[in-house]
Amino acid sequence: MPPIITATHLVKQYPGVLAVAGIDLAIPQGICFGLLGPNGAGKTTTIEMLEGIQQQTGGTVLYKGEPLGARYREEVGIQFQHTALQEFLTVRETLELFERLYHRTLPIAELIELCSLADILERDTRKLSGGQRQRLLLALALINDPELIFLDEPTTGLDPQARRNFWDLIKLVKSRNKTIVLTTHYMEEAYALCDEIAIMDKGSIVAQGTPEHLLAEHFGDVVLQIPAADSGSKLAELGLNAMPAGELLEIRTNRLHHTLQLMMDNGVNLDRLRIRAWTLEDLFINVTGKKLNP
Amino acid sequence: MKKFLAVLHARNMEFLRDRSALAWNLAMPFMLVIGLAFTFSSGNKDLYKIGLIGGSEKLHIVAPTLQATQHLQFIPYDDLNTALGKVEHHQMDMLIDVSGAPKYWVNSSSPNGYLLERIVWGAEGKNFERQLVQGAEIRYVDWFLPGILGMNMMFACLFGVGFVIVRYRKNGFLKRLKATPLGAFQFLFAQLISRLLLIMVITTIVYSGCNLFIEFNMQGSYWTLLLVTTLGAMSMIAIGLLIASHTASEELAGGLLNLLTWPMMLLSGAWFSLEGAQIWVQKLSLIFPLTHMISAARAIMNEGATLSQVMPHVLVLSLMSVIFIAVGAYVFKWE
Repeated sequence: MPPIITATHLVKQYPGVLAVAGIDLAIPQGICFGLLGPNGAGKTTTIEMLEGIQQQTGGTVLYKGEPLGARYREEVGIQFQHTALQEFLTVRETLELFERLYHRTLPIAELIELCSLADILERDTRKLSGGQRQRLLLALALINDPELIFLDEPTTGLDPQARRNFWDLIKLVKSRNKTIVLTTHYMEEAYALCDEIAIMDKGSIVAQGTPEHLLAEHFGDVVLQIPAADSGSKLAELGLNAMPAGELLEIRTNRLHHTLQLMMDNGVNLDRLRIRAWTLEDLFINVTGKKLNP
Repeated sequence: MKKFLAVLHARNMEFLRDRSALAWNLAMPFMLVIGLAFTFSSGNKDLYKIGLIGGSEKLHIVAPTLQATQHLQFIPYDDLNTALGKVEHHQMDMLIDVSGAPKYWVNSSSPNGYLLERIVWGAEGKNFERQLVQGAEIRYVDWFLPGILGMNMMFACLFGVGFVIVRYRKNGFLKRLKATPLGAFQFLFAQLISRLLLIMVITTIVYSGCNLFIEFNMQGSYWTLLLVTTLGAMSMIAIGLLIASHTASEELAGGLLNLLTWPMMLLSGAWFSLEGAQIWVQKLSLIFPLTHMISAARAIMNEGATLSQVMPHVLVLSLMSVIFIAVGAYVFKWE
């Protein structure tokens, strides 16, 4: 797939702060691309330069091979992290307002169904719950039937159920062959939705690829978890480097068969043994050295 | 046009559904006009105003005692007709011309003119040639009405537009609009027209409502008055847009708007006439659109001025509107 949007040596310099330090991106058409990073990593600045909302200090952004211009505004959909809407309008009136700002639009009825807005159409937008509001904002981002959609932390602040409902919505949008650029604090969200991710830290991309590829690249071993009470001091006697993790002991090994055989031969109780898969959160901590703070 | 109308409609809905703001916009000018009409119904003058043609030096030669009399305010005039108009409408108690053979004019139906004439006779004025003018008194409320309505329009224009745009910028709504194909000029023009329509409707309601109780003096054309007030409102909204074009701070915007409204309120003639004030103050007042709007409205309502007679004010207000809108759109920032 050819890239729908590319960024070449993108730089954003604020007085005394280098927010984005020359990043290169090429996002293929039709994928969900995740931009992850700790607070202050430069995610929002990067995404806003890609959106054309912020002017970059250096570098170029091309949409379908062309500089961002009037056509881009017509064809891109954006859901900002923080957005206010015109007050005293209902959901329907808000949709109609934004519909009139574009030449080409999706039928409002289709958007209402897609984003499950039928029950709240006549409600004042100030009286929506967090999940309802995010669904409306997504509908506004989709109103011009965009090929490229930016979602900047769309599920922050939602409860787990609302977040998972929103994931289903994003999957539905993605199934329409849309390209989605998503920033998120939630690693399970990135894993569930993104075909490709880039992890940013201090204004630079420190890891990029498919989640599976990155996990395989950074973690060649597996983690065994055993309740500390079951293993006693045997693990130390066996020379296995077991690290405490709450009530568990974690053993990292790249020789799984050998390690399991060793423990069985020495009478370690394996009834409650678990093999923990590496997650994007592990990857995140591995490459940035920081814990996530949603 | 479709985008402009969409934003215009949304803004109108927002304003009309904000019941508390709407009620305040209607109630405040009503209360001010009615309250002040009663407060000042007994008159507020504590000295006599005398128009003077020919200069104070000449007056000193021909009537030094009169000139030295306390509680008389001499207001210099160059144009006889303008000054006579003031005497006709009881806005001035007497006119003295010392450029040739000394003479004076009083309004035969003015009590102040009658009393002042006795004072003048007691000084050197007994020898002045007496002239009479005719004309009905303009009540204080008739003089005051354009000022109070103009001042209410000023607040509604400046704060109504300035604060709203700063709030939009601060809460991120402008940023959301920036992500659409909507242009800055389309957005600003929609804000301007929306506010203009609402202010004109509200002002018309307030004027008509108060007129039921007070029966204002109206000598000129309502169409000319509508043109002048529309241009005045437009120029003041444009100033609001200009002030709000950059800042995201409500405190800063409030400071800038106050910096503008207070001098405008004091120097535009809304509360009191600037006749007799220092020349530089009178000149300074001309930089404010409110001055031109109030002056033209008073001339239309109280003196029956025609469009051609208020054309200088119309041109200044038009020019101000165009300049402020153009500069505001040019320097406008969505964020």
